[in-house]
Amino acid sequence: MNDKVIINDLTFYYGNNSAVKNVNIRVQENSVLALIGPSGCGKSTLIRCINRMNDIIPATRTEGDILIDGGSIYADKYNVSDLRRRVGMVFQKSNPFPKSVFENIAYGLKINGIKNKYDIETRVEKSLKGAALWDEVKDRLDDSALGLSGGQQQRLCIARTIAIEPEIILMDEPASALDPISTQKIEELIQDLKAKYTIIIVTHNMQQAARISDFTAFMYMGNLIEINNTEAIFTKPGLEMTENYVTGKFG
Amino acid sequence: MKHLNRKIIYDIILSKFFFIVGLSCLIILFIIMLFLFIEGIPVLNHVSLTDFIFGTSWYPTSDHARFGILPLISASAAVTLLASLLAVPFSLAIAIYLSELAGNLIREIIKPVIEIIASIPSVIIGFFGMVVVAPFLQNNFDLDTGLNLFNAALMLAFMAVPTIASICEDAISSVPASLKEASYALGANRWQTIYHITVPAALSGIWTAIILGISRVIGETMVVLMVAGGAAIIPLSIFDPVRPLTSNIAAEMAEAAVGGPHYRALFAIGIILFIITFIFNIIADYLSGKYKFKEG
Ligand SMILES: Nc1ncnc2c1ncn2[C@@H]1O[C@H](COP(=O)(O)OP(=O)(O)O)[C@@H](O)[C@H]1O
Ligand SMILES: [Mg+2]
Repeated sequence: MNDKVIINDLTFYYGNNSAVKNVNIRVQENSVLALIGPSGCGKSTLIRCINRMNDIIPATRTEGDILIDGGSIYADKYNVSDLRRRVGMVFQKSNPFPKSVFENIAYGLKINGIKNKYDIETRVEKSLKGAALWDEVKDRLDDSALGLSGGQQQRLCIARTIAIEPEIILMDEPASALDPISTQKIEELIQDLKAKYTIIIVTHNMQQAARISDFTAFMYMGNLIEINNTEAIFTKPGLEMTENYVTGKFG
Repeated sequence: MKHLNRKIIYDIILSKFFFIVGLSCLIILFIIMLFLFIEGIPVLNHVSLTDFIFGTSWYPTSDHARFGILPLISASAAVTLLASLLAVPFSLAIAIYLSELAGNLIREIIKPVIEIIASIPSVIIGFFGMVVVAPFLQNNFDLDTGLNLFNAALMLAFMAVPTIASICEDAISSVPASLKEASYALGANRWQTIYHITVPAALSGIWTAIILGISRVIGETMVVLMVAGGAAIIPLSIFDPVRPLTSNIAAEMAEAAVGGPHYRALFAIGIILFIITFIFNIIADYLSGKYKFKEG
């Protein structure tokens, strides 16, 4: 399998503080990589580098490189909007727009140049089905998305992301604010999405990482401590520190 | 125990105090209204309600006095509308610039400047309109007088911009960053995000700002008294001199015989103004009540 994302010696600074330090990661195409580590260790910062979301924060600096399909996303000519179309993102707190369910998804399509009403309708339906939300909302597409439950809102955000057909999906603790049933739905969804997308997910839930990911990377204080296939990380970690973390001895 | 009792007593005294203050506001408002209505309603002994509101001649002091205030109402409406058309886009642009585009330094400079503009006494703005804007208009547009509807609207817009801009800026700034990030994450650029996400999310706050700005424009007296030109005619051009409701009261109250028809008519105009601003405030209240942002 080929490497979809290659993170090369990446260091990221907020002002003078580096939150990510010399990180090297390769992510295989159509795999799920889980990022684990205690809070504040730089997981969010790292995935936000992959769609250059950190660009909008002033006084930040990046060293090293990230390649997608072999091309540097920091190359001078690289268009950030194009990058974000290829690399979708689902946030920790569900953040639907204060618009209708339909418009929440149609917005991303419209700004990406899809104008035809029929195309938009088909893709809205397709992505809602893809996010396992269609049956629950098909009769209330014109209602405000803010009226949906927390779990439904988060799946709507996933639908919105897959509607523009990205290649990679970044998820930052997408289920951390959800009840167990909604969490399970999201986890099942991630399993389905793997067939089409490369997924990088931040989670603080060890069982979740073990259940859904193919590879797991453990970070600590901005450093990548260990990365391996998930089974190895959870059954025979290479370092004692990793073992202590995944068994809950610290974190 | 003793300590607790004391706290409770303080509590009761304080809440009574604020209750009385609140109540006295209501009572004063009621007295003003009562006064306005007692003094104004008897105008109906001299002119019918329809002739009063829809009459096109305002000759309050002639032997055959006419009390039709349509010219005054239309002057107020025209001045307000034109001032809003000038002020709203400009205010919105300032608000968007300050909340979404400007750096911290520029924002810290411009915001106090806007507050200073808001605190300029209206008589000074009127003075500026008379001495600077009027001659400019008169010379450049070849007019009989530069004291006209357009001049008044321009000065009123200048007064309304700080109010509208700063409330809009608050509304736009309070749109959660998470919504903007969601938009950027879909590949939207800054302008698409502002236009499709940030401004619509702040819309009820923006409406509140506009309504409050407009009610300030309607109620403003000094500026229109000084620069609107004062002719009680229904305006047909934006360069016609006009006589809005407020300036009419201010200009004529001193010369109207107490208790006479003219005096009654001026109070009745006050009632009309009161009702208009009251309605605008209710609308603003309703909109700002709706403006409770629900975060996901
Ligand atoms: N916008 C920011 N400005 C400055 N420092 C930040 C910012 N966001 C995060 N940090 C710092 O960077 C470090 C890593 O944060 P983060 O990536 O959010 O960690 P995690 O997602 O693993 O909890 C923390 O020390 C945090 O305080
Ligand atoms: Mg985080």
